Amino acid sequence: MKDKLFKSFLFAAAGLVLLLAGGMFYSLVGGSVNAFRHFGLVDFITTADWNPRTGEERYGALSFISGTLFTALFALLLCIPFSLPVALFNGEYFKGKKIAVAASSIVDLLAGIPSIVYGLWGFYTLRPLIVSSGLNEQGFGILTASVVLAIMIIPYASSLSTEFISMVPNDLKEGAYSLGATNLEVIRRVSLPIAGSGIFAAYILALGRALGETMAVTMLIGNTNNIPTSLFDTGNTMASIIANQFGEADGLKLSSLIAIGLLLFLITAGINSIAKLVMRKILH
Amino acid sequence: MKKSAFLFIIAAGLLFAGCKQGSESSEKVDLSGAGATFPQPYYTIVFKNYTEKTGNNVNYGGIGSGGGIRSLKDKTVDFGASDAYLSDNELKDMGADVVHIPTCMGAVVLSYNLKDVKELKLTGQLIADIYLGKITKWNDSRIKAINPDVNLPNKTITPVYRSDGSGTTFVFTDYLTKADSTWAVAMGREKSLKWPVGIAAKGNPGVAGAVAQTDGAIGYVGSEYALAMNTPSALLQNKAGSFVGADTESISAAADADLPSDMRTMITDSPEAKAYPISCFTWIIVYKDQAYNNRSKAQAEATVGLLNYITDPDGQNVAAKVHYAPLPEKASVNTKIIIKSITYNGEPILK
Repeated sequence: MKDKLFKSFLFAAAGLVLLLAGGMFYSLVGGSVNAFRHFGLVDFITTADWNPRTGEERYGALSFISGTLFTALFALLLCIPFSLPVALFNGEYFKGKKIAVAASSIVDLLAGIPSIVYGLWGFYTLRPLIVSSGLNEQGFGILTASVVLAIMIIPYASSLSTEFISMVPNDLKEGAYSLGATNLEVIRRVSLPIAGSGIFAAYILALGRALGETMAVTMLIGNTNNIPTSLFDTGNTMASIIANQFGEADGLKLSSLIAIGLLLFLITAGINSIAKLVMRKILH
Repeated sequence: MKKSAFLFIIAAGLLFAGCKQGSESSEKVDLSGAGATFPQPYYTIVFKNYTEKTGNNVNYGGIGSGGGIRSLKDKTVDFGASDAYLSDNELKDMGADVVHIPTCMGAVVLSYNLKDVKELKLTGQLIADIYLGKITKWNDSRIKAINPDVNLPNKTITPVYRSDGSGTTFVFTDYLTKADSTWAVAMGREKSLKWPVGIAAKGNPGVAGAVAQTDGAIGYVGSEYALAMNTPSALLQNKAGSFVGADTESISAAADADLPSDMRTMITDSPEAKAYPISCFTWIIVYKDQAYNNRSKAQAEATVGLLNYITDPDGQNVAAKVHYAPLPEKASVNTKIIIKSITYNGEPILK
């Protein structure tokens, strides 16, 4: 009896989550229909114009899609040289040692810092550095936002990579060592190739996280509605335009913002499912 | 988002109503309003004073001007607050006659970050050209021409604007539309625009922060924020030709002109000699006949009482203390006439 009750409770809880996700998708689609009907789905995605002037209203998502992908991919690139060594340190060299436990919990702490704190750090510390280095007149832009994003996603990339690296069977590594391989050769020829697709999945998940980040990016990217043409250019992301303009938006503009939300939802869902697929292949 | 804000206000209202019944006698009324965030610091204080004086509670939700008007139209609040008056079309959409009551005045200041520049003079055309990207350096000959005694650096100007839709942007661009014909054609007046140059930040604190942290930046900031934070801001040339800074007197002076009897007017680019050119009213909007939606007479009397209290010297003195400007005499006279025109079932409430 108790068992049955527990089971139905689990079913209800799981069902509720599905229902919530479905409801969210439904209301996003419902809210964005107006914008898609007015501008056309393809036009909405391929237009970079964002003109709220009454009578000339024209909204397109391209500058925000490009800004989002640009910052997230560059952040991913920046985070690899930091997160991969951390993963090797924790999962290979000092696997199971106290120092690895300490290091990994400190890295995990990075994931717990609220994004507004990263934003403030970027605004007051990183931005002046970029200005004084002469890369950029005012310090806002893709580069500043990407650097902060990269730090934010390091824990996501490294902790999962650590898992996959430490899962490499010891027999294989011992075999390599007995053939006279050095530490570096074992990592390059044995550990990384075997853990490779797992690490790939870890980075994809980190990318998904970078795509949706809002607060820190808004504070640093400059919020200009254009397609960024260089690392030092200002731009805007999908999450940031929604957060900025939702408050006073109505009509077609509101619908366009919801449509951007829907696109972001689809992009993130797509990226997460790629990561899940890759991981399932490894685990089975 | 907005819906949940309404629900929250309603819930808060109900909660207060619940508390009330337990402790006080039944004569007290709960009023609720929603709308503009610009006058919120002022409203918070003046509403509290009103509650202390009369016992009537006032709940105010700063959900934005658009949201405030929508809540009034949905009749979920007793009054809406807005930084922009309703257009003729919007008036028709309200279903019944509404009146605009100006509650205080504010301004938009041009805050800048230039080391060693204590005083900077600007004109409407110069501001428009800076925000259009036609003037890009601080030592541009046109800026130098009106600031002959100032040592202007050879620095790039970084214009900062609001990334969120805002009444402050509306007032600022309304002024530029009047002051510069190129701006009127290319940009117009809106709550958010398609800006050709510059960077954007969210809210007054965001713009003020970006300006304070960026060498050579200029940004427009609500006076209630800028005056409270004491940030350096430019003297602007008004229509009469003199350069004025924003303070309570110069802002009030902008409304010391002939005003339409319904007070639906933008007072930017005022012709008054002492006026600060980017000044504005903020309004509370209520239905002219208060007997709708089963509202009691006590509710209607409390609403009008609140409006009357805010526009009395008592309420207006508070405005100056929190860096808004009080209504000048002519505006005050008009406002009192409007408040007296509010009725309950056709009977005037205030005699």
